[in-house]
Amino acid sequence: MSIANNSGYLDSLLQGPPPLPASPLTWFNELRAEAVDRVGVLTVPTTRDEEWRFTDISPLTRLSFQPVRAAISLQAADIERFYLEEATTRLVFVDGVYAPQLSSPAKHDGVLVTNLSAAVTAHPAAIKPHLGRHTEFRDNLFAAHNTAFLHDGALIVVPRNTSVAAPVHLLFIATQKEVASYPRCLLVAESGSAVTAIEDYVALQEKAYFTNAVTEIALADNARVNHVRVQRESDQAFHIANCSVSLGHASRYQSVSVTLGARISRYDLNVLQAAEGAECAIDGLVLITDRQLADSHTSIDHAKPHGVSRQLHKCIVGGAAHAVFNGKIMVRPGAQRTDSSQSSRNLLLTGKAQVDTKPQLEILADDVKCAHGATVGQLDSEEVFYLQSRGLSEIVARNLLTYAFGAEIIDRIPIASIKHRLEQTVLEQTTRQP
Amino acid sequence: MMTQDRKTLLEVRGLCATVNGIEILKGLNITVKSGEVHAIMGPNGSGKSTFAKVLAGHTAYKVTGGSVLFEGKNLFELAPEERARGGVFLAFQYPIEIPGVANSQFLRLTYNTVQAQRGKEELDPLEFDDFVRDKMKLLEMSPDFLDRSVNEGFSGGEKKRNEILQMALLEPRLAILDETDSGLDIDALRIVSQGVNQLATKDNAIVLVTHYQRLLNYIVPDFVHVMEAGRIIKTGGKELATELETRGYDWVGAEHETAARVTA
Repeated sequence: MSIANNSGYLDSLLQGPPPLPASPLTWFNELRAEAVDRVGVLTVPTTRDEEWRFTDISPLTRLSFQPVRAAISLQAADIERFYLEEATTRLVFVDGVYAPQLSSPAKHDGVLVTNLSAAVTAHPAAIKPHLGRHTEFRDNLFAAHNTAFLHDGALIVVPRNTSVAAPVHLLFIATQKEVASYPRCLLVAESGSAVTAIEDYVALQEKAYFTNAVTEIALADNARVNHVRVQRESDQAFHIANCSVSLGHASRYQSVSVTLGARISRYDLNVLQAAEGAECAIDGLVLITDRQLADSHTSIDHAKPHGVSRQLHKCIVGGAAHAVFNGKIMVRPGAQRTDSSQSSRNLLLTGKAQVDTKPQLEILADDVKCAHGATVGQLDSEEVFYLQSRGLSEIVARNLLTYAFGAEIIDRIPIASIKHRLEQTVLEQTTRQP
Repeated sequence: MMTQDRKTLLEVRGLCATVNGIEILKGLNITVKSGEVHAIMGPNGSGKSTFAKVLAGHTAYKVTGGSVLFEGKNLFELAPEERARGGVFLAFQYPIEIPGVANSQFLRLTYNTVQAQRGKEELDPLEFDDFVRDKMKLLEMSPDFLDRSVNEGFSGGEKKRNEILQMALLEPRLAILDETDSGLDIDALRIVSQGVNQLATKDNAIVLVTHYQRLLNYIVPDFVHVMEAGRIIKTGGKELATELETRGYDWVGAEHETAARVTA
């Protein structure tokens, strides 16, 4: 591999382990130490690596980012506009640092919604089997980097047969330029439990900064998790995130991921159907313009029989922006009666917009149903004419159709307030397309 | 429906048009006055639907000759949306599905856009809801259709009703219904026809483009035109439709050729 170890980006790490306080828990320190070792070995990916073929992150490596030195103290009034009315529990992180005064954690009926460092010594039995166990940080520089900085994060633990009625809002706010933050989320849904979580990345600034996030989600037997992910970083930000999900017997994971922000973003979502009869529905919407680059890599690993997966990924690309989708579906030997469908649909709004889409199926079982397809196109002129014939101007017609293309995904978000807000955002963004 | 003070709404003279370089309309003439119902019939490929789309302003169809005046104005100087706002309405043969846009949202947007252009009052969502539900009764449509995406998952008949609902909302001066009867069972045909009949006034006009006579049992035309090879070759009253139903189209063409030879 490559050259880039002398980049400004990795300098601080290579000079020694991150200056973090040691945990009283040996396993926690060991996990972090192993990640530090891996960071020393792994190199920054380049476009010569197959997994990064279309995504040139050299602009990221040319800049220098520092871990946050002093947390900015925000008032509730500064960030209230990001709150979701349905969410009664909320964890807020400012530049990656937990902000207790802005958060409303939950600790009742055995449900834990709190920051990780506060809970890890009290609840190691719930955390240790999962933290750092689902994300393959050993082979992934960014996940290793995040784990090397592991100190705090968002923790959700839902005990068995418990259903959390209101959605949990995990809000990550970027306020300082040239800062690297390492958001970390762990969601453990014990058997028969149900929860909805929103992972939300927002910015109060327009400068360059770097978010390197890792999320791990474990669903035990019969658990249900709704995961909404909204990336609305600033236009100059770099956002790289890894999410790993492990599905127990007959569990069901539904996720909707919406990508709006960042100059360069990369989201890797890996779902492992680790037991029989697991189901997942993972949908994505990417809406980018100008010179944005957004790369979505997903992998669904059907490791056991009777698994179901559904995926609809849509990109709306304007300006000279570039969207990348790589959707891997793996059906392991013996994963019979797998039922999988994947669709990648892409809308190019300008001549300079670009999409690279690559569905990837590896089927190693013989009794399966797998469908996949990809389309790349422009707005249908018959649809535009239909709307014009009803009195709408061509530009309004085009905006409405673009909006509709995205709304199909947004409609799948189970939280009305964020759905409504995203619909507005899409409407505004499509209306300002040239 | 014909009255004394009829106003000429549409005047088409020598209209020629091509699609993908192929000439489809070859010198079409027709005059439509207010209060009239016209039926344009003809075999497949005679140019009926092309004529409808040219009037609505579809860009795939190139006008290569002739003139069309709508209320005295050159129709070809107007963009499709300006024609719609000015009172030209085309009910599509194959209405477009728009997943992701609620029908109520779409109907209100088009209604308010056209109202605003005509200097009339726009309606807020609540007012519009009452207004549109009232219009839907005319077509025996369930209010459920408001919440669904535009035409998505609608049956053929439901799509056609939704087209006539839009006609009811936009109150055109000239409504062109392109094969509105196709795909309708007999009950749906009756309901859609009743709706159209209630929307016909002395001030507007309706042009029915159809292959079959059965629609004309419900919406009775004042004039029936037969189109062939891009021209209207015969015009008669409503009885012509019945004759076409029993005798087919061939005799009209033969008669036209004979007449042409005699004239020559």
